[in-house]
Amino acid sequence: MVDPKIHIEKVSYAYGQNWVLRDVTLDIAPNSVTVFFGPSGGGKTSLLRLVNRLNDLVEGTQMKGRILLDGQDIYSSDTHVPSLRRRVGMVFALPLPLPGTVRENVLYGLKLAGIKDRSRLDEVLERSLAQSALWDEVKDRLDHLASALSGGQQQRLCIARSLALEPDALLLDEPTSGLDPISTRKVEDSLFALKQQYTIIIVPHSIQQAARIADHAAFFLMGELVEYASGTELFTHPRDKRTEDYVTGRFG
Amino acid sequence: MSRYWVQRLGFALLGLIALAVVAPILGVIGTVAVKGMGAISWEFITAMPFDGMKQGGIFPALVGTLLLTLGTALVAIPIGVGGTIYLAEYARDTWVTRCIRLAIVNLSGIPSIVYGLFGLGMFVLFLRMGTSILAGALTLAIMTLPVIICTAEEALRAVPTEFRTVSASLGGTRWQGIRYIILPQALPGIITGIILGLLRAAGETAPILFTVAAFFLPRLPQSPFDPTMALPYHLYVISTQVPGMPLQIQHGTALVLLALVLSMNLVATIIRSYFRRRRQW
Amino acid sequence: MFAQKQAEAAGADWREFVIEALIRVLGFSTIGFVLLIFLFLLREGVPSFYKVPLSNLFGISWYPTFDLFGTLPLLLGSVLVTVTAILIAMPLGIATAVFVREVAPNWAREILKPMIEVLAGIPSVVLGFFGMHVVAPLIRETLGTPTGLTVFTGGLLLAYMALPTIISVAEDALDAIPKSYKDAGLAMGATQWQTIWRVVVPAARSGITTAVMLGMGRAIGETMAVMMVTGNAARMPLSLDSLFKPARTMTATIAAEMGEVAQGSIHYHALFGIGIILFILTFLINVVAAAAIFKKQRRGGLR
Repeated sequence: MVDPKIHIEKVSYAYGQNWVLRDVTLDIAPNSVTVFFGPSGGGKTSLLRLVNRLNDLVEGTQMKGRILLDGQDIYSSDTHVPSLRRRVGMVFALPLPLPGTVRENVLYGLKLAGIKDRSRLDEVLERSLAQSALWDEVKDRLDHLASALSGGQQQRLCIARSLALEPDALLLDEPTSGLDPISTRKVEDSLFALKQQYTIIIVPHSIQQAARIADHAAFFLMGELVEYASGTELFTHPRDKRTEDYVTGRFG
Repeated sequence: MSRYWVQRLGFALLGLIALAVVAPILGVIGTVAVKGMGAISWEFITAMPFDGMKQGGIFPALVGTLLLTLGTALVAIPIGVGGTIYLAEYARDTWVTRCIRLAIVNLSGIPSIVYGLFGLGMFVLFLRMGTSILAGALTLAIMTLPVIICTAEEALRAVPTEFRTVSASLGGTRWQGIRYIILPQALPGIITGIILGLLRAAGETAPILFTVAAFFLPRLPQSPFDPTMALPYHLYVISTQVPGMPLQIQHGTALVLLALVLSMNLVATIIRSYFRRRRQW
Repeated sequence: MFAQKQAEAAGADWREFVIEALIRVLGFSTIGFVLLIFLFLLREGVPSFYKVPLSNLFGISWYPTFDLFGTLPLLLGSVLVTVTAILIAMPLGIATAVFVREVAPNWAREILKPMIEVLAGIPSVVLGFFGMHVVAPLIRETLGTPTGLTVFTGGLLLAYMALPTIISVAEDALDAIPKSYKDAGLAMGATQWQTIWRVVVPAARSGITTAVMLGMGRAIGETMAVMMVTGNAARMPLSLDSLFKPARTMTATIAAEMGEVAQGSIHYHALFGIGIILFILTFLINVVAAAAIFKKQRRGGLR
């Protein structure tokens, strides 16, 4: 692989005494879609949250190992965490619009960063909404409340919200789990376009979704990284038996 | 007797008891209103009293109460809201935090007359403020703190945690999340709590007995270091210490105080229900 | 791309640090205030303990003009009035809480709850005023007592002042009982009435006890209303008919006498001493009640 965008090295993570991740090492390639999948409890969401240090918000946890973004340790003591989170955006499983209008939602991250230039804001607004395939649907409703949008639209709004900050990487945690198939399709399609520009890590909500979109895939079982390979390889010729069993539906 | 008859009687009994609880409330308001309405006039509210309070108006007492309430607000709101933000957003579950909560419970239970003693000892005497609006407002402010803190904390905790997570994920610091999302969303609840606390402060007599209240002052207070008349104290004195005080004036004074307090209550209730309907979560 | 430049970030961080420090200080201020209050009470009240012999302080006569500072009649006055108040308020409060939570139709609930809030907002001096002009004469006429200003009148008024507290905490306690309890009772063939009194209320009894305790704390600390209707006679209320005679509470004593007292005199210190007793009493009651609430919250709601 070219220089990995994100390098995860020997990472272990525990809630209290419960180790949910054990000695995980993997590299995330830039400008691609990497998929973390596996049965629940595997540690995928925890690993995702470690990458943008969202786990800092939870008390009583411990972490070992390193995570590097563009070669720099994100857990070093002089990491500026808010800046890190602007470079590594996250979309959550349930659509979580912030109170306010569509415009306010998309531009919230920029407001936090202190960007005030009106023309630049408008430009970012349109670009992000277009990238998440929402622009056409909301361009006349930018100053309506975000909570008035449908579930699928709200989730694409959340994606636009993260994209507005032009992050280096985008982390998505089961982003389509609450959505109908049409909205799911729209989100997946936009991901295909987005990977040209962004490094994407996604926890899919079904194996089928994983197989549809993965360039690279990592299979997690009980906190352990079992296998990591390119998408086609992992789903058609898995090397580990456990991977094969899961992918073919023998358990899960 | 069949069980269902027992139930029907039982429910009726409960209803009667509830009525017995509510009826006197109406009785109080009704009596005061009926007997005091005759005294209410523009003059009553805006004129100074004379003839040993038996004639004229209650203007200075009204002004005094408003000034005291304002002073209380100025002190209690920043401390109360700030303290609540700490409790709801920053404090971890340590023994120190539990001490803080214990202190709040304690403050809310202290009798109002003990607050008066404290105000006397600390503000009037030790800090040499004398009987003054300042001493009274500070005393009332500390008394109002627990009310504000309790309602404000409830309001802050009601805001979904997800907002905090989303704000953080977009590069927001804890304070930015509080300032731009949590606090604005909790504001109606906080304001309701503040109003409820202030209406209590406006109606209290015991804390101001020795810290600020005067029975008769020839003119309105000129500075925070002046004593002042105040409605609750005024009512107390004219109903217990002044012989020959016309009943109508007594009831009229009570009516004004009641109207002030009840209208604040109404405003708080309206704010609460209006914003509850408009919530986006 | 929008990662802030180092210096900008540091500037914003510094401002944030100041704000957070300020909030932290304000958070700790409540502890400071409690300590301050206790300190000042001690400062002005403790001298009474060494200026007045203990036998005097715990004596049965409170006549400051004759240097008699027996606090017993005041203590007993407060206790008697409070107990009367609770005996009245407890059944009224629990019944109303049950009615509002379990029995009342929606339209009744919509009227009752605001009314109870209104009651909570009525200033104590207004209630005392009403008590003086309406309740006391009523009691005098219906019960034939020489004066309407009695312990009972005070207790009655206090009961109503404590009701909002009792009702709201009891309502919360009832609310916390899972619906499954009620469903189980009904499924076994009990009527709603039986379910309420044999299942729900017993399950909520610790919360209801807490409610009553908090009401009690409120009643002990009440000043103006009691002062205006209990007659202010500092006698020892020992016999049962004391219920219908005047008495003096600790709170009323302080309120009535502090105004005429010289700063630094023994009387002055003695009144602060009574303040200390009140502080400690209400502290104990409220802390015990609050501990019960915290414990329940920790365990997740029941019993």
